[in-house]
Amino acid sequence: MGRTHVDAVIVGAGWAGSIMAKELTEAGLSVIMLERGPERTTPVEGAYPESIDELRGAVRKRLFQNLSQSTVTIRNTMDQTALPYRQLAAFLPGEGVGGAGLHWSGVHFRVAPEDLRLRSSVIERYGEKFIPDGMNLQDYGVTYEELEPFFDKAEKVFGTSGEAYKVQGKIVGNGNIFSPDRSDNFPLPAMKDTFSASIFRDAAKNAGYHPYALPAANASRQYTNPYGCQMGPCNFCGYCSGYDCYLYSKASPNVNILPALRQNPGFTLVPNAHVLRIDLDSAKTKATGVTYLDTKSRKEMSLSADLVILGAFQFNNVHLMLVSGIGKPYDPVSNTGTVGRNFVYQTITSSRVWLPSSTYTNQFVGAGGSGVAIDDFNSMNFDHGPLGFVGGSPVWVNQAGVKPIAAAIGAGGGGTPRWGSAYKNALINTYKHSLGIDAHGSNMAYRDVYLDLDPTWKDVYGQPLLRMTFTWKDNDIRMNQYVVSRIEPIARAMGATKMNLVHLNAGQPFDTRNYQTTHLGGGAIMGDNPQTSALNRYLQSWDVSNVFVIGSNAFPQGMGYNPTGVVAALAYWAAHHIRTTYLKSPGPLVKA
Amino acid sequence: MEPTLNRPLRRSFVKGLLGTTSFWMASGNASWTAALAAEAAHPYQPTFFDAMEYRFVEAASERLFPADDNGPGAKALGVAEFIDRQMQTPYARGENWYMSGPFQQGPANLGYQLPFVPRDLYRNGIAGVEHYTRQHYGKGFADLSPVQQDEILTALEGGSVQLGEVPGRVFFEQLRTNTLEGAFADPLYGGNRGLGGWIMLGFPGARADFMDWVNQEGAPYPLAPVSISGESA
Ligand SMILES: Cc1cc2nc3c(=O)[nH]c(=O)nc-3n(C[C@H](O)[C@H](O)[C@H](O)COP(=O)(O)OP(=O)(O)OC[C@H]3O[C@@H](n4cnc5c(N)ncnc54)[C@H](O)[C@@H]3O)c2cc1C
Ligand code: SF4
Repeated sequence: MGRTHVDAVIVGAGWAGSIMAKELTEAGLSVIMLERGPERTTPVEGAYPESIDELRGAVRKRLFQNLSQSTVTIRNTMDQTALPYRQLAAFLPGEGVGGAGLHWSGVHFRVAPEDLRLRSSVIERYGEKFIPDGMNLQDYGVTYEELEPFFDKAEKVFGTSGEAYKVQGKIVGNGNIFSPDRSDNFPLPAMKDTFSASIFRDAAKNAGYHPYALPAANASRQYTNPYGCQMGPCNFCGYCSGYDCYLYSKASPNVNILPALRQNPGFTLVPNAHVLRIDLDSAKTKATGVTYLDTKSRKEMSLSADLVILGAFQFNNVHLMLVSGIGKPYDPVSNTGTVGRNFVYQTITSSRVWLPSSTYTNQFVGAGGSGVAIDDFNSMNFDHGPLGFVGGSPVWVNQAGVKPIAAAIGAGGGGTPRWGSAYKNALINTYKHSLGIDAHGSNMAYRDVYLDLDPTWKDVYGQPLLRMTFTWKDNDIRMNQYVVSRIEPIARAMGATKMNLVHLNAGQPFDTRNYQTTHLGGGAIMGDNPQTSALNRYLQSWDVSNVFVIGSNAFPQGMGYNPTGVVAALAYWAAHHIRTTYLKSPGPLVKA
Repeated sequence: MEPTLNRPLRRSFVKGLLGTTSFWMASGNASWTAALAAEAAHPYQPTFFDAMEYRFVEAASERLFPADDNGPGAKALGVAEFIDRQMQTPYARGENWYMSGPFQQGPANLGYQLPFVPRDLYRNGIAGVEHYTRQHYGKGFADLSPVQQDEILTALEGGSVQLGEVPGRVFFEQLRTNTLEGAFADPLYGGNRGLGGWIMLGFPGARADFMDWVNQEGAPYPLAPVSISGESA
């Protein structure tokens, strides 16, 4: 029986998948997008007041991945047995139409140009010896100048609010002085500072730093994007991170792309379709299509396609490559292979500052992408020479809306009671009069930190789980400690009556039980050398040229910024080269 | 001004009217004590816990989150009812957890690795605590003094007690987490009665609109909370 044939199959309906689907249907291709989770739209699941429910939302994890079907195993070091990630905690992958793009927070960064060429930049400044043994520091193989038009395009699609510093070489505003030149301003003015963010801004400025408004894909005004999709103004409802936005104010594939895409007859979205593998020809150099399970009928289906785009999120993309046999699996012992190499994450520690009891921080007020940051200790913006580490962290107050269950469960500990009357006192005081300051930093890649297939545990489809070997390393721990030490004078200037500065400790292993971020990266990285990268600079597999792998899997190391702005720009960048070059003559865009 | 517990609370038992304007008129009880009295007249009938287990949950959750000068404790907030009702949800059956074997134990930082879902943790954990308290104190947990109850909870939290196959610390964390959920979840789920948990924290509940309150220079938010059903305080 002949399989249904389409020009392009896209795996995953998040930002990466939806951007690629839009671009490829615009190019006239027939496109099927397969999403393992259910359909999701704002007027149904996102509607007020039912979606304004902390228990059902962030606590019972209404919108996140259902681990009973599939998960990963995790260990810190290669001599340990990895164990299943049985309950969501450290990271919260998405599932369903929109992916994690439906319930992200919306901090929407570009990139520090030097982060795209971090290896070259560190060597130029500090010499090759500065790079510690075992650290796989690499360049992306693409420059900021090349990506700039695609950052600009993504911001216009997302309706991003922000304040620029430099546009076309001219200083135009009070934005981040470390940020690179832009071809155009943000489409919307910056979000207002919450009270907490405003006092951080003043204190950071007085301390001689350079505060700026976080770029936010939360709309500061009403907006219509280039696709004709509309957003309403954000009202700082505080049910942002981990929730779908009832006001159509937070950018999501569901609000900003799919309404336009769904009208295109060349486009088909199939929810409840779990892709099991990419089918390859016998030489494993060409994909012939994909095989997926219709999770409702439990029927296995297959599609034939000329082009296969993986947009299933960082570690799912790596998993699909490994189970399908795309490229050579990474082996840390022989240091060969590329699929699974340079698995990275992000360091983050949240410190807390208490203000006098006459001051109310109203932490429930907030928007996921709003806040004030400093970049004085991010990327290559400061002198690492005497400090002896690579990388850095922005520091920020990003009050996204603190809700009571999360506040209550997190309160106490570290010497203060976790229950009883004294706990209640502390909880109430902390909730009303404190604020959080984060150091949200880079995480470098290491030879013995990687992804492969687990030898023991399987998902419900009978496939081996992906295994993560990951822990914090000395370079990143010292970076975090240094940056956190810079928070103290700012907190003091804010009028702190008490502070709890939290940093990573020497030798502290990664803990799967506490939320970090969902900013996982690497594992199928881009680069200019097929020996050390799974993808070329257009995110095309070096080994199977009709497979493009879009997502933070492409990052050679974890950066201080949130990833989605770069993921979106890389998606538009890859799509541009598919449209202008690949489709005219399919094959490798770079000679291996 | 901040809403405080001294202000009369309105709580409707007329569920059919919730969310309508007539709700405001129909809301019955003029005060917190009246609400409690009304509740006592129709005590909740647990469907998962048996009578002994339910008494344990009521007593233990009240020690974890006691009534005090700050405001109501777990009992007045309906935490035990909340937990019993949660036991009938997919969460309590571990339906969103990866529960495939083998179940191998490892370092704590690699996360939960027991074959038990929340329902099992309560069944085994409560039986274990009751066994422990009868052995050490000659009575069930609910009949001990608050000081003795605190001793037991402290031992569980500290990890020095094993409850059959369930480590005491795991059961303690389950109970603490669900207790706090019950104190602060929307009243839809049976806890946070009269929005008492939210009033204590100054949390506005489902208002979700702070356009004019993004930065008021550190002044307290002036409006009382409102729930998903439209209940306010
Ligand atoms: C709470 C939270 C807050 C966040 N805040 C921010 C932020 O402020 N700023 C920022 O930059 N980033 C943020 N992120 C990260 C951001 O959400 C991700 O970077 C982004 O959504 C990734 O997009 P993606 O398209 O690569 O993957 P996803 O959005 O994860 O989409 C992948 C889709 O593929 C589907 N899929 C997976 N496997 C298969 C399969 N085998 N078959 C079919 N479908 C499959 C998944 O179900 C999913 O829907 C946040 C994440 C979370 C969870
Ligand atoms: S804070 Fe703003 S963007 Fe976020 S969910 Fe609320 S209204 Fe939407």
